[in-house]
Amino acid sequence: MSLIIEVKNLCKVFGDFKAVDNLSFTVESGQVYGFLGQNGAGKSTTIRMLLTLIRPTSGTIEIFGMSLEKHRKEVLRQAGAVIERPDLYKYLSALENLRIFAAMSGHKISEKKLMEQLEMVGLAERAHSKVKTYSQGMKQRLGIATALVHDPQLIILDEPTNGLDPQGIADIRNLIIRLSKDMKKTLVISSHLLSEMELIADSMLIIDKGKKLVEGKVSDLFNPSETIVELQTTDDELSFKQIKDSAFAKYLKGVRNDCILMQMHKNDIPAAMKALMDMGIPVTSFNSRYSLEDYFLSLTTGNPYVEAAAN
Amino acid sequence: MWKLLQIELFKIFKRPRTYIAFGAIAAIVFLIQIALKYDGKSYIDLLLSNLDGSFEMDDEFKSKMLNGYLICFVILNTLLIQMPLLVALIAGDSIAGEANMGTLRLSLTKPVSRTEYMFVKFLASVIYTVGLLVWMALLALLGSLLIFGVNDMVILRSRGLEVIESFDIWWRYVAAFGYAAVALTTVSALAFLLSVFAENSIGPIIATMSIVIVFTILSEMNIPIYDRTVKPYLFTSHMVAWKGFFYMKSNAEGATITGSIENLPAILRSMLILVIYIGLFFSAAVWVFRKKDILT
Repeated sequence: MSLIIEVKNLCKVFGDFKAVDNLSFTVESGQVYGFLGQNGAGKSTTIRMLLTLIRPTSGTIEIFGMSLEKHRKEVLRQAGAVIERPDLYKYLSALENLRIFAAMSGHKISEKKLMEQLEMVGLAERAHSKVKTYSQGMKQRLGIATALVHDPQLIILDEPTNGLDPQGIADIRNLIIRLSKDMKKTLVISSHLLSEMELIADSMLIIDKGKKLVEGKVSDLFNPSETIVELQTTDDELSFKQIKDSAFAKYLKGVRNDCILMQMHKNDIPAAMKALMDMGIPVTSFNSRYSLEDYFLSLTTGNPYVEAAAN
Repeated sequence: MWKLLQIELFKIFKRPRTYIAFGAIAAIVFLIQIALKYDGKSYIDLLLSNLDGSFEMDDEFKSKMLNGYLICFVILNTLLIQMPLLVALIAGDSIAGEANMGTLRLSLTKPVSRTEYMFVKFLASVIYTVGLLVWMALLALLGSLLIFGVNDMVILRSRGLEVIESFDIWWRYVAAFGYAAVALTTVSALAFLLSVFAENSIGPIIATMSIVIVFTILSEMNIPIYDRTVKPYLFTSHMVAWKGFFYMKSNAEGATITGSIENLPAILRSMLILVIYIGLFFSAAVWVFRKKDILT
């Protein structure tokens, strides 16, 4: 796969504050690339640098093999973006907004194509309504339509599900999957909705305080052997002792919040549970989980509970 | 470039607030015309009261004085003081308004250079300014000529009354409106520059008006030290030079010369200073904007 984005040693300093600190990463063609970090981690600053809205203090950005600084127009002609809120001209209709941003994209786009775009995001029936009458979800979808209107190869979405209801989030998720799988677009998506990113991203970058914590394919970052099992029993102390004296001691990680914590490969869980029952351990509740959220929190907050999951 | 300009003009003229200025001009012009139609004689008496007794005139002369050309001159005198606010409403909003709406960041992710973007934005605000002036010319000049009729124009000057013959007036108005366009473009350029620093349009509009008011007061003050050191460099001192197109040269006998302008070099010098101001304001705006991080 060819590289679409190559960022090397990117830094951005605002006064005394280092918003992005020596960040390097690559995005391959056709990927859905998740960009994760807490609020203030430097996600939006990095995305704005990818779109030339913010000038890097140092470092290089190459997109489509071209220097962004030297070939800004050529790069942006093949890119589409929605940054945070999809703010549009509220006193104009959806079609007028789309027409404006289509004309600015440097491509000649027919009215038919504009309507098709609105159709794709489910706004064709409201094409002539003023944007000020739109719901947040409709504005978000129209924002995405403005990013896609010139059929760009690279789509950058900064918090695309912000302010959306569950149905709106699902709609955007399906649209992203469609863009990636059916239309072979490359997408860079920043979000704080980790469960959503877990469902759609192929690769991801986690940053904190402007620095890269981890980058890689989601399948590599998700290790099934790191599944956490939370066990509740009628007598935790006794149960913990019983497990500690058994062959399952190697899985034991500790006790927290009235739960016995064990860590094991997910394939081992059924056998382990049966064995625990056979040992007469009075299990009242059982929960196994390993989510991106656990992993993210273990990296960014150092929470010992989730550290157990990550290690 | 043409496409971008079309977009900017479309955005400006699709906004209801754009028409506030056109409405305000129409209202003021109409009110002045109505007042002078019904009580023009009192106004002429008031004007002539500044002259000494040797200028006694009969009612017929006074009614001839009150013609479309003079009314337009009165309107121009009144409105060109207020128009900077109307111009600043749009120019001050051009970048700050986009930042406030959040559309600036979306626009700048498109393959348009920032210099090009600024140029088109400024050009659109200049077109709006010229549009306002054309509207004003239509109402104030053509409207007044229709209501009050055509006659020679009497100009009141410190040395007395001067009469410009009716066939010698039209081109002076064309020149005066042209000059006013340059003067208002200077205000537009100032508001445009201030707009780059702000994230909502109220700030640049108020700042522009504050600067215009302070500079106008300084321009009008009769303090000798300011006459030499400050006034010649204030753009507001040069904004009223359009009146010079209505001042004629006199011959040795003291009679005015038809088709002449008393001090054309002074008008051209004032215009040059305004053009320099426009260039400075616009260049500074582009320079700042090119370096600006878009954080809104």
